[in-house]
Amino acid sequence: MSLLRKEHSVLPGFGLSLGFTLAYLGLIVLVPLSAAFLKTAGMSWAEFVAAVASPRVMAAYRLSFFASLAAASVNAFFGLIVAWVLVRYAFPGKRILDALVDLPFALPTAVAGIALTAIYAKNGWLGQWLEPHGVKIAFTEIGVFVALTFIGLPFVVRTLQPVLEELQPELEEAAASLGANRWQTISRVLLPELFPALLTGFALSFARALGEYGSVVFISGNMPMRTEIVPLLIITKLEQYDYRGATAIAVVMLTASFGLLLLINLIQKWSRRHHRV
Amino acid sequence: MSIHVSNIRKSFGAFTALGGIDLNVPAGKLVALLGPSGSGKTTLLRIIAGLDEPDIGSGRIAFHGEDVTRVPAGKRKVGFVFQHYALFRHMTVFENIAFGLNVRPRRDRPPASDIADRVHRLLKLVQLEGLDARFPSQLSGGQRQRVALARALAVEPKVLLLDEPFGALDAKVRKELRRWLRRFHEEIHLTTLFVTHDQEEALEIADEVVIMNQAKIEQVGTPQEVYDRPATPFVYQFLGNVNVLRASALAPAVTPGAPALMRDGQIYVRPHDIAISRHVPGAGAAGFFAEVRAIHAAGPQARLSLEHMPGRERIEVELSRSELVGLDLKLHEQVSLRLRRTHAFSDDYAI
Repeated sequence: MSLLRKEHSVLPGFGLSLGFTLAYLGLIVLVPLSAAFLKTAGMSWAEFVAAVASPRVMAAYRLSFFASLAAASVNAFFGLIVAWVLVRYAFPGKRILDALVDLPFALPTAVAGIALTAIYAKNGWLGQWLEPHGVKIAFTEIGVFVALTFIGLPFVVRTLQPVLEELQPELEEAAASLGANRWQTISRVLLPELFPALLTGFALSFARALGEYGSVVFISGNMPMRTEIVPLLIITKLEQYDYRGATAIAVVMLTASFGLLLLINLIQKWSRRHHRV
Repeated sequence: MSIHVSNIRKSFGAFTALGGIDLNVPAGKLVALLGPSGSGKTTLLRIIAGLDEPDIGSGRIAFHGEDVTRVPAGKRKVGFVFQHYALFRHMTVFENIAFGLNVRPRRDRPPASDIADRVHRLLKLVQLEGLDARFPSQLSGGQRQRVALARALAVEPKVLLLDEPFGALDAKVRKELRRWLRRFHEEIHLTTLFVTHDQEEALEIADEVVIMNQAKIEQVGTPQEVYDRPATPFVYQFLGNVNVLRASALAPAVTPGAPALMRDGQIYVRPHDIAISRHVPGAGAAGFFAEVRAIHAAGPQARLSLEHMPGRERIEVELSRSELVGLDLKLHEQVSLRLRRTHAFSDDYAI
């Protein structure tokens, strides 16, 4: 059996469109990425390990992954609520609120970073109330988490909205008439229906947070071993003309991200296995 | 358990969906709510189930004399079956059916082994034994609807409500399933109310038919009553094919029935209530004449389209195929018609 077994279809151009897809993905995605791998391949194993496993880099991996994970989780939870409100209820100003969700997409990330820093710094709008209570946000790990949450929100909301709109109200009514209370209806009927889309939104938000640079560098303070994120280390190495060191870290990040996204895709496929109806 | 509906009203903005409905569904009967789309039948069913609320200040719903107007859907002990099944697609057939039992608070929940027993009994009842581990996506439409029915029955409802239960199925499965529902009803004798827009379905399986139109009930009766003695022109037209003829266009001799018809009223006659015979010139006026315009001989019954000359009125006649062969009619031939059974309504009714 051939791998590309072709079924007869009324739509023409399977070969042409597949060829285009591969060429396009190759040009836009694979070529730049493989350049990073090639550059790294010039290093010896010892050099590579030294570049990617130094304590400072390890601290940055930890911060990047955990802050991204936390931000994506928070976004999954609150994004679900935002999407639910935007789909299920009619209220004045709904269109404006809906447009607001996209702002983190549109805003230059540096602007977002500076704005967040200004708000959460010691003399900022929120910072001046929080600092006296011992809550420091700007120039700490929490600041990184806040910035990553900000830029990731639209992904969850925008992936959930169409799915929520398609959800049959009969499912809730069926659950209600069978005696389920609101919480049981949500946890046993609605969440399982939404889970694949929620996971997609989570994955997108997580991936975006891993790669985010602009908004984080202002609010994090970039203290070595504490608030440095991985993209910042890459930029730092580039500024020191250490191109191989930069690509080596990039390769580790890429491999780890790819592995995680693949895993999430598999979970998603598994959770959608009965959704053919 | 009987259902009593008194003076229930429901409006959606300026649109009146139900205008003061009174209805009694006797215990243990299978009753059809029949009407065209937009007549309010589904709204009435949903209000009885507690899925919609009637207008504030309108009447009440009672089950077996007990007022349930303010009782939430989950506590009314009704089983509700949706047109598009509304099965939980991430659950197996077993989990779907057990859902209503599994969501009970722990003190009211039967032990797992009792739940399993009950689910298997229900699967046997709806003839889906052995399919408990399947997911809804692996079942046919008819099977899914039976799972939905079993799920509704699992909580031991006192009333069963079905909203166009066969509406999403193809014609052949629909016929099989409605006959099955009738036999099923005879086994369990649960008070059942089902909504349909298919008059054939309602007339075939219901003990009693409630015909609705434009937010009102037009008539309630057994299938034979509503078919043979329709209360309004709407019912007459909705329950089958009908010819509407102007009385003045016909000779007085051909219209058995009330003398009121002799005014310019309208006469209603079913296509199968018209007798047809070959026109014998000079044989006297035994009926009235019409010209054969089309002959449709496919199907169990033959249909003729005729034109009645003075007013150029179209008349449809149904007759058996053997009769048709016996008559040996040609197109454009003049034939003689006699109305065996007609209906007239006083002028108060507007259609």
